[in-house]
Amino acid sequence: MTLDRRSLIRTAALAAAVPALGALPSGRARAQAGTTLKIGVLTDMSGTYRDISGPTSVACVRQAVQDFGSHGFNVEVLTGDHQNKPDVGSNIARQWFDRDGVDVVVDVPTSSVGLAIAGVAREKNKVCLNSTSATSDLTGSACTPNTIHVTYDTYMLARSTGGAMVKAGGDTWFFITADYAFGHALERDTTRFVQAAGGRVVGSVKHPFPGTTDFSSFLVQAQASRAKVIGLANAGVDTVNAVKQAAEFGVTRRGTKIAVLLMFINDVHGLGLRTAQGLVCTETFYWDLNDRTRAFTSRVKDKLNNNYPAMSSAGNYASVLHYLKVAAEMGADKAKVSGAETVSRMKAMPTDDDVFGQGRIREDGRWVHPAYLFEVKKPEESKGPWDYYKLLQTTAADEAFRPLSEGGCPLVRG
Amino acid sequence: MASGSVTSPSGVPATAAAGHSMSILGYSGPQLAALAVLLALIAVGPFVLYPVFLMKLLCFALFACAFNLLIGYVGLLSFGHAAYFGMGSYIAGYCAKQLGLTPEISILAGTLVATLLGVAFGWLAIRRQGIYFAMITMGLAQMVYFFCVQAPFTGGEDGIQAIPRGRLFGIFDLAPDMHMYWLTAAVFLIGFFLVHRIVHSPFGQVMKAIRENEPRAVSLGYRADDYKLLAFVLSTALAGLAGATKSLVFGIATLTDVYWAMSGEVVLMTLLGGLGTIFGPVVGAAVIITMENYLAEFGAWVTVIQGVIFCLAVLLFRRGIVGEIGRFLKVQL
Repeated sequence: MTLDRRSLIRTAALAAAVPALGALPSGRARAQAGTTLKIGVLTDMSGTYRDISGPTSVACVRQAVQDFGSHGFNVEVLTGDHQNKPDVGSNIARQWFDRDGVDVVVDVPTSSVGLAIAGVAREKNKVCLNSTSATSDLTGSACTPNTIHVTYDTYMLARSTGGAMVKAGGDTWFFITADYAFGHALERDTTRFVQAAGGRVVGSVKHPFPGTTDFSSFLVQAQASRAKVIGLANAGVDTVNAVKQAAEFGVTRRGTKIAVLLMFINDVHGLGLRTAQGLVCTETFYWDLNDRTRAFTSRVKDKLNNNYPAMSSAGNYASVLHYLKVAAEMGADKAKVSGAETVSRMKAMPTDDDVFGQGRIREDGRWVHPAYLFEVKKPEESKGPWDYYKLLQTTAADEAFRPLSEGGCPLVRG
Repeated sequence: MASGSVTSPSGVPATAAAGHSMSILGYSGPQLAALAVLLALIAVGPFVLYPVFLMKLLCFALFACAFNLLIGYVGLLSFGHAAYFGMGSYIAGYCAKQLGLTPEISILAGTLVATLLGVAFGWLAIRRQGIYFAMITMGLAQMVYFFCVQAPFTGGEDGIQAIPRGRLFGIFDLAPDMHMYWLTAAVFLIGFFLVHRIVHSPFGQVMKAIRENEPRAVSLGYRADDYKLLAFVLSTALAGLAGATKSLVFGIATLTDVYWAMSGEVVLMTLLGGLGTIFGPVVGAAVIITMENYLAEFGAWVTVIQGVIFCLAVLLFRRGIVGEIGRFLKVQL
């Protein structure tokens, strides 16, 4: 009986602890005078995308708020972990909009969550600034007057990596493609750009998704094709596994280039230069690109817990800064009223920030800026921490993204 | 294990009401009290808490009740219930969005497809027991997952997005959250009462008899496989109903719903709440969903806290929250 009572007390203590934990965040909201703009960073704090978004994105958003300074209104930053589940993300976003008075949701990795949140933002007439979803549907068939897509999308990756790679001499390609819609789309788009630039695709092989861990047979096929470039049309763990095994096979040492269609600097860090050397990939931001990117990185670096911003997390700095500029111009009170109005003002104002430099936002919500094709350095070429990329090619802002007329965005026709 | 009354496998119609003088519709006194609390919470909830959150909670509570019907009362651990939940969600989403059907038809279509899937998979799976049963259900569920990754109508990893809630019977607009809430609450209560009715029917008594001692039930003349299959199909139908409702609540149907982690989550909910109790799955679902949503700010800690709670549940209160409360109060909840 004593045992029972003890276990019951423990149960009670636990039960008491759970609501206490839940109550913590609300204690943070302080009453302040004047209008408060609320920015919700909806991101992946615990899963696959933690390194390319998560806490780093939150730090970049806070940096933007800090750099923007005071303009007569308060800015509050909230964070939420969507755990890569669309229903969790959708629930948090709805609650933020309906109950907590959040005006803008930023970051949002994972395409399924990104699309869901864009829909919620439209329904509630708020603002969604997506930096980390890959799907080009956000500015295509699923575009809304409330969403801006920053940083990158699958079309841009295919164009930059496919087209620029051929110009740099890699004119025969072999694809290793993840066998699902995302992989197929990436392969199809890249093939088009390779062919348009005068290159040739000599073959492709599809690997099961998810859960492929052994890429050896695919790599052997790729090598046997004698293509100059092996294109990896997959993402995340699949890419990392394929790259590791390619290194074991010594693919790049024999002069074949591996073009990774979706990779971030954090993946390179995780792989290590010994394994990743010679990989070619596209990003729209690199911390060591120019004086402005270096200045931004040095400001934010100490808040990142030994991580560096990838294009995805850095894109949030640019989007939040631009949002705050527009809010200051139109008045914070008015910015709170209509998300669509705020977004259309954001499209009207040219962008200028340390991450992307000067750019603009198109009417379909696409933020256009240059895209850069990088090659990962050899270990002996790297001079310091995170000195990983050398620039191969730059695609100009106007060419990097899908032409306005091809996206099928309903906003464009009108 | 069975509620207060002495059970007879043949299950005369009066069994449910005979044992307890206080029982109404098969509910004992304490169960009635708990039911009153539950109904009160459902009625008052949306005025205090966020309705969308509560709708999600109700959908998962129904899902956990469906799962509990199988593991708690037949003793079959299915590790593939996400397949039926997810299929229900995809089909309902597809019907509402692409075919433009009304919400009630969409939900029923989702439920129907999940049921048919349950018939096929159940027919295969119930031939084995224990870990083999779990593995077969999991394997079949993974096949459904791969089907959903590849099939064009599911939208692959993007899922089906922007599913309209539509108008119930073509009349009531479900777009306002409160309207959708009452529909979800009604669906949940129908499912909840159905589970209770099944458990306390003669059929339910046989189910429990099979759980306790299958060879003996067979020797008494019951076709154990038929009972197990029917219980399996009922469970999958309710799981499909929960999934279909959820897709209309959020307007999305995605791979998360069919992923094996979802099968694990429902096991966790049921264990935490209390296996083989009527109210356990509801409480378990409430705890897990609340953690998912209200601890979202703590980021990586959500999964850690879930893990710790699961360990504590297994180590300290193995009967689950409701099971332990019931034992302490010496009542069957």
